[in-house]
Amino acid sequence: MIAVNNVHKTFNPGRANQVNAINGVTLTIKKEEFAVIVGANGSGKTTLLNMIAGSVFPNSGNIQIGGQNVTKLPDYRRSQWIARVFQNPVSGTASDLSILDNFRLAAIRTKPKCLTIGINETFKNQVKEKISTLGMGLENKIEQQMGTLSGGQRQALTLLMSVMDSCKVLLLDEPTAALDPRSAALVMKTADELIKDYKLTSILITHNLKDAYNYGNRIILMGEGLVAKDLDSEHKANLKQNDLFDWFG
Amino acid sequence: MALGIYISMKIFNIPDITTNGSYTLGAAVTAILLIHQQPVYIVLPAVILAGGIAGALTGIIHTKLEINPLLAGILVMTALYAVNLTVMGRSNLPLINISSLFTLINISEKPNQNTFWILSSFVIIITSIIGYLLKTDFGIAMRATGNSESMIRSLGVNTDRMKITGLALANALTAMSGYLISQYQGFTDVSMGTGIVVIGLGSVIIAETFINWFRVTSVWVGLILVLAGAVIFQLVLAVTLDIGVDANLLTLVTAVFVLLIVSLPRLSFKGSNLK
Repeated sequence: MIAVNNVHKTFNPGRANQVNAINGVTLTIKKEEFAVIVGANGSGKTTLLNMIAGSVFPNSGNIQIGGQNVTKLPDYRRSQWIARVFQNPVSGTASDLSILDNFRLAAIRTKPKCLTIGINETFKNQVKEKISTLGMGLENKIEQQMGTLSGGQRQALTLLMSVMDSCKVLLLDEPTAALDPRSAALVMKTADELIKDYKLTSILITHNLKDAYNYGNRIILMGEGLVAKDLDSEHKANLKQNDLFDWFG
Repeated sequence: MALGIYISMKIFNIPDITTNGSYTLGAAVTAILLIHQQPVYIVLPAVILAGGIAGALTGIIHTKLEINPLLAGILVMTALYAVNLTVMGRSNLPLINISSLFTLINISEKPNQNTFWILSSFVIIITSIIGYLLKTDFGIAMRATGNSESMIRSLGVNTDRMKITGLALANALTAMSGYLISQYQGFTDVSMGTGIVVIGLGSVIIAETFINWFRVTSVWVGLILVLAGAVIFQLVLAVTLDIGVDANLLTLVTAVFVLLIVSLPRLSFKGSNLK
């Protein structure tokens, strides 16, 4: 589904603050695979994810999604396959807009935004139904501003929004980093259920080794802009939680 | 005009200085077309087009050349000053005894009422169009652009194009208010746009304060509040002049008033904490 071939990325080349973020990564994520990427800060995880999403372009190498070369495609064109959840809850939703408006935008992610009013009763009910699956009691507050909700609620809604339109790839960049343990657990559970229900190909970046251990069927360790370890589902199943901690030891 | 600033400020988080220039541009284009006896129905589209181009220019400078929006606005505004002078030929163009919108349409016998009705219907029509626009899928995407750029890009919207369109729209609106004002007051002056952005911002900020107080999410109420903000602002100016404050101190009063409105909610919160 996603193929990254010998990709390099250097920020500020030739200057004193040059950073070699990615030094030749080759990675293939199969369809319906749920890959978890772990690694120290500055190991290139987020840069890699941003390159797959299209908000950062590689200096060399190429990226394919669903067999199509997307290396030069900007992020807003890659939205036909990709939905994202950001580290910061504020980035994934529009605070001043109502929950309903946010969902409307998400529902037309792969379509052009036309000059017609898309919000009607059918759509409202559809959104309410979706939101009620979270069990947060938000289904009666869909006219409320997104900004009035807590970070955990917003991340959970962002997840739901990603499957409002046809979605093949879900990119999760530390979705629980800003949340308390309980909200974090709920968001991860929701993510895992959605990924299974909608058969999504997904990549999760996390610093939470427990999540890395519990979720996903592949684990990748990044270091110095390279893939340091890569365990498929069979090897991941044999992995002990303590082994994971040793990786960072 | 306030609506134009509302779009650029609220929707894109950009205080758009181009407004100063496009306001005069609208007035200048109106004056020159009317003086040359062009048909009246051609004036408005020309004005909208001129304002739109000015806004789009700011948008292109900001997005494609990655220049700070404030600077982009100032650049276009400065350039527009020369353009306006060239269009007008001199710094002041009187429109006396020239048929304009207000002399051509006769709704009421009295000229004052006539003007009022024409202006009101303009405001109502424009507000309805903008209100509808902001509720469409396109409009939601536009409102989200200023809110969370990363989100809206990941939802498949080209934010560069969206900003250019939005700024064009905002400046077209501003130019339109220049069109109305020049015909209303009967002249166009090259410096009439100076400081107009502050008046617009003042109106929007008054409206914003109310929107935040009551947590308004409805597009319609928001728009009406912006209009109300503009009216309140003008009223304050009128009252200030009326109670005999020196006209030279007017800008000071304006500044204090805007400051007061903005700080009111914070002051009252402090009060409740003390209890």
